[in-house]
Amino acid sequence: MAVLAIRVHPRDNVAVVTADVQAGDVARLDDGSEVRVVEAIPRGSKVALSPIASGEAVLRYGEEIGRATEEIAAGEYVHTHNLARRK
Amino acid sequence: MNGEFVFQGWRREDGRIGIRNHCLVLATVACAAGVVREVGRRLPAVVAVEHAHGCGRGGPDLGLQIKTLAGLVQNPNVGAVVLVGLGCEVLSVALLKGTLAGSGKPLETVVIQDVGGSSKAADQAEVLAQRLLGKLEELPRHGGTAEDLLVGLECGGSDTFSGLTANPAVGKAADRLVEMGGTVILAETTEMIGALGPLLKSAGTEEVAAKLRAKVERQEKRAREILGPLFDPGLAPGNVESGLTTIAEKSLGCIAKGGSSPIREVVDYGDRPSRKGLVVMDTPGYDIESLAGMATAGVQAILFTTGRGTPVGFPAVPVIKISSNSELFEAMPDDIDLDAGTILAGKTTSQVGEQILDTLLRVAGNERTRAEINGQAVFGIAQGGPAF
Repeated sequence: MAVLAIRVHPRDNVAVVTADVQAGDVARLDDGSEVRVVEAIPRGSKVALSPIASGEAVLRYGEEIGRATEEIAAGEYVHTHNLARRK
Repeated sequence: MNGEFVFQGWRREDGRIGIRNHCLVLATVACAAGVVREVGRRLPAVVAVEHAHGCGRGGPDLGLQIKTLAGLVQNPNVGAVVLVGLGCEVLSVALLKGTLAGSGKPLETVVIQDVGGSSKAADQAEVLAQRLLGKLEELPRHGGTAEDLLVGLECGGSDTFSGLTANPAVGKAADRLVEMGGTVILAETTEMIGALGPLLKSAGTEEVAAKLRAKVERQEKRAREILGPLFDPGLAPGNVESGLTTIAEKSLGCIAKGGSSPIREVVDYGDRPSRKGLVVMDTPGYDIESLAGMATAGVQAILFTTGRGTPVGFPAVPVIKISSNSELFEAMPDDIDLDAGTILAGKTTSQVGEQILDTLLRVAGNERTRAEINGQAVFGIAQGGPAF
């Protein structure tokens, strides 16, 4: 299943999925590019668009919203378990 | 929106134009609440406002209470007022009346201890309010344009879609209002924490930038000190459930309400902007107190986005509720005026921005908002110090 995901700024490395997705689904951005989702992500939550190293900035709105607290693969769910505000 | 942004309001002595013509029955102290509520019950046409303030606090908090109550009286949507006090309180009818001298607004007073108790006070206040309502009916309508409008921006019960749909759409409406010569207030300093970068880029002058930085940094420091571990992630549980992870993420979505105009001024809680265009007000993120700050400054209407669904309104100031997702709009139709969730189905933020302006224009033309119909009018004032 392909689901629309919203990336606000071209620099962003996460996008918001507009419906619940499961492993194997595809998150499609408005420019047509796609990311294969590797785990269940609830509607409204973030999917990683590219690999993000532990400690690297997570970008939404073209701005840093926090840092990855562990390595995140493309297609993974990004939330409180692997993203925290910069101390 | 087609055509000109013109509405028929009511002109006040100070030249400002109200989009409502309310008779306010206002308690100066918590102890007068029962009387005010009773008058509201007898005369549904009045706006009866009670609150938990008026005594037992000193210094800056008392000053803020006086400023906020006086600001509500002077809001252009209020045409006349009956002040109801107890008699022995700090924030007395006489004290508040003194700060309002020269405002030219018809004003009557009732003091419960002077007139022999609650029921006599309610009887007197009812008679006075009835008389004022009659006077207000005779007031002619007066044309106004966007230039006469001061519009507050607020978000409450945010979800992850707020920053993608409703807030950017409000931002488009705010841009259009500013283009037409109006003024919009972006508030909620707590929800600017983590978003200082883009805010500073929008600052119109060095002075504005310095003040913005000081306000946001002070709020962040205070939040850290008082909330301690709760400051991380600094979000309400409902925000996190919806998919928001950090305060910066929420803030970046929140500030989208301001649109893309330069920030012309940063004002303190409750202060009236002296500049037109986009203005930032230093308020808490807590909706009730933030709305009170903007109402004190004289906003005639508030554009309020919500993702989780909050029904709150404000006395005498219409609050237009905009949902960030269509599920909410369908689930709570009695509380939401307009759905911005349509952006997820293909509408543009500009299109929804125009819809917001249309709604604002209809509300300025006396169409009631959902919060007004529901009688949602809670009043609270931002307080700093302990109660004494």
